[in-house]
Amino acid sequence: MPQLHPRGPTVLVSSDFFQPYTFSPERHYIGNAGSLLWPSVEKPLAFSLHRVPGRDIPATMDGFRGQDLACIRSERIVFEGLDFAVAPGAALVLTGANGSGKTSLLRIMAGIARPAAGALLWQGRPVGDDPEAFFGDIHYLGHRDAIKAALTLRENLAFHAALRTTTGSVDAALDRFGLAALADMPARLLSAGQTRRLALARLLASSAPLWLLDEPTIALDRASVEAVMDAIIAHRASGGIVIASTNVPLGMDGAVALDVSAFSPVQGALWGVEESGSGSAGSEPR
Amino acid sequence: MTALRVLVTRDIRIALRQLSDSLMVIVFFVIAAALFPFGVGPDPDLLARIAPGILWVTALLAAMLSFDRLFENDYADGTLELLVVSPVPLWIVVLAKVIAHWLTTGFPLLLASPVIGIMVNLEPNGYGILLGTMALGTAIISLIGALGAALSLGSRRSGVLLSLLVIPLVIPVLIFGAGAIQGAIGGFAISGQLMLMGGILLICLVLCPWACAAALRSAVE
Repeated sequence: MPQLHPRGPTVLVSSDFFQPYTFSPERHYIGNAGSLLWPSVEKPLAFSLHRVPGRDIPATMDGFRGQDLACIRSERIVFEGLDFAVAPGAALVLTGANGSGKTSLLRIMAGIARPAAGALLWQGRPVGDDPEAFFGDIHYLGHRDAIKAALTLRENLAFHAALRTTTGSVDAALDRFGLAALADMPARLLSAGQTRRLALARLLASSAPLWLLDEPTIALDRASVEAVMDAIIAHRASGGIVIASTNVPLGMDGAVALDVSAFSPVQGALWGVEESGSGSAGSEPR
Repeated sequence: MTALRVLVTRDIRIALRQLSDSLMVIVFFVIAAALFPFGVGPDPDLLARIAPGILWVTALLAAMLSFDRLFENDYADGTLELLVVSPVPLWIVVLAKVIAHWLTTGFPLLLASPVIGIMVNLEPNGYGILLGTMALGTAIISLIGALGAALSLGSRRSGVLLSLLVIPLVIPVLIFGAGAIQGAIGGFAISGQLMLMGGILLICLVLCPWACAAALRSAVE
């Protein structure tokens, strides 16, 4: 394997460090990492669907798609050449072994992290054209619940809802996840599962067409999992998009699965080797 | 602006429910200043001469205690990620956090400073200018400290790193703040120092939220 210098000879603080955040492919395509490292896998820029054979979506579609995405962490390629496309009302489930980059991919999709290469398009336009408009259209639910222990449940939800222009009801969201009776309690008294439910209620407290969920059902009991699935069904029925990473089957109707570990350049040898052999589970070399 | 108000209200509400954090800063200010009469001796003339310096150095050190938690809590519980990808521009988020920090730390320091002034025998004609320079200076310290907090976010021993980053940058505030009080006591014109502090405040107000936003983005990435 050639020596990886994904950032090449760039200085510690690159010239775009102080620039506003954008996603334009020219700026984030780092050097010529693709051709330098993998001369044989140069991809045409044309849009292709690797994981969704037979579902040809026209280039001007609504919805969310990524082209030729790559993620580099600590000078190692987590995944590369990853394409995806999700139409309104559809769902994409990210699967893959621990450490295969599901969370990294979700964070790239949400705009928290930058892709090392590739582009994201939201409703046909690059996300970087107007990041704040894109951020207004997404709900991101990460591993951490982003709940303030000192605030009450209602205050926690109302705060995030107030930062958005879209409408929604805080009380209805609490009720939906069985937290209405606890609305005025400080969030520090909640159990892990209740905290997760409160984080999920944020999705309903203000509306956004694109949901990016990282392990949404973790720590939840059976009834709460059903509440989440009901919320997802209702969201998709109204034309929303759900992208969720998971290690357990969620049983979403018509969801397309994307195995992130299949995009790792060296199977089972790069990322997640600490997980003792799980790095190669369920994926074959390209 | 609604978002700014919402963000400031939330931070103040959290600060009021965890009041010990804010009180700690003020108590440190009082105790640190109270050490000086023990250290240099209780000679009123000597204390009066060094009073402006004592006030400014202890206020600065007290404020340093408050910066490590400015972004740290939001960073640890994942809220910062959500703020980075919220439709509100990140510099507004930063500005709101700085305003809330000033209201919960800088403003109490400002209120406590005349009390410390009495303790260290500050000349009576220095109190007005003490409040004036403190108002300008604590705002500058809040802005520069926020930048230091954002830059050191996520690093181990961030508290030490933060002090190394911030203290050199606020030395001008110390010089002009203490100098203005000395000047006012001696009967000299002090508009120069105040204008310089005002200038520093304006520069920080423009640059710090922007630089802070860039630092926060790179911290959560």
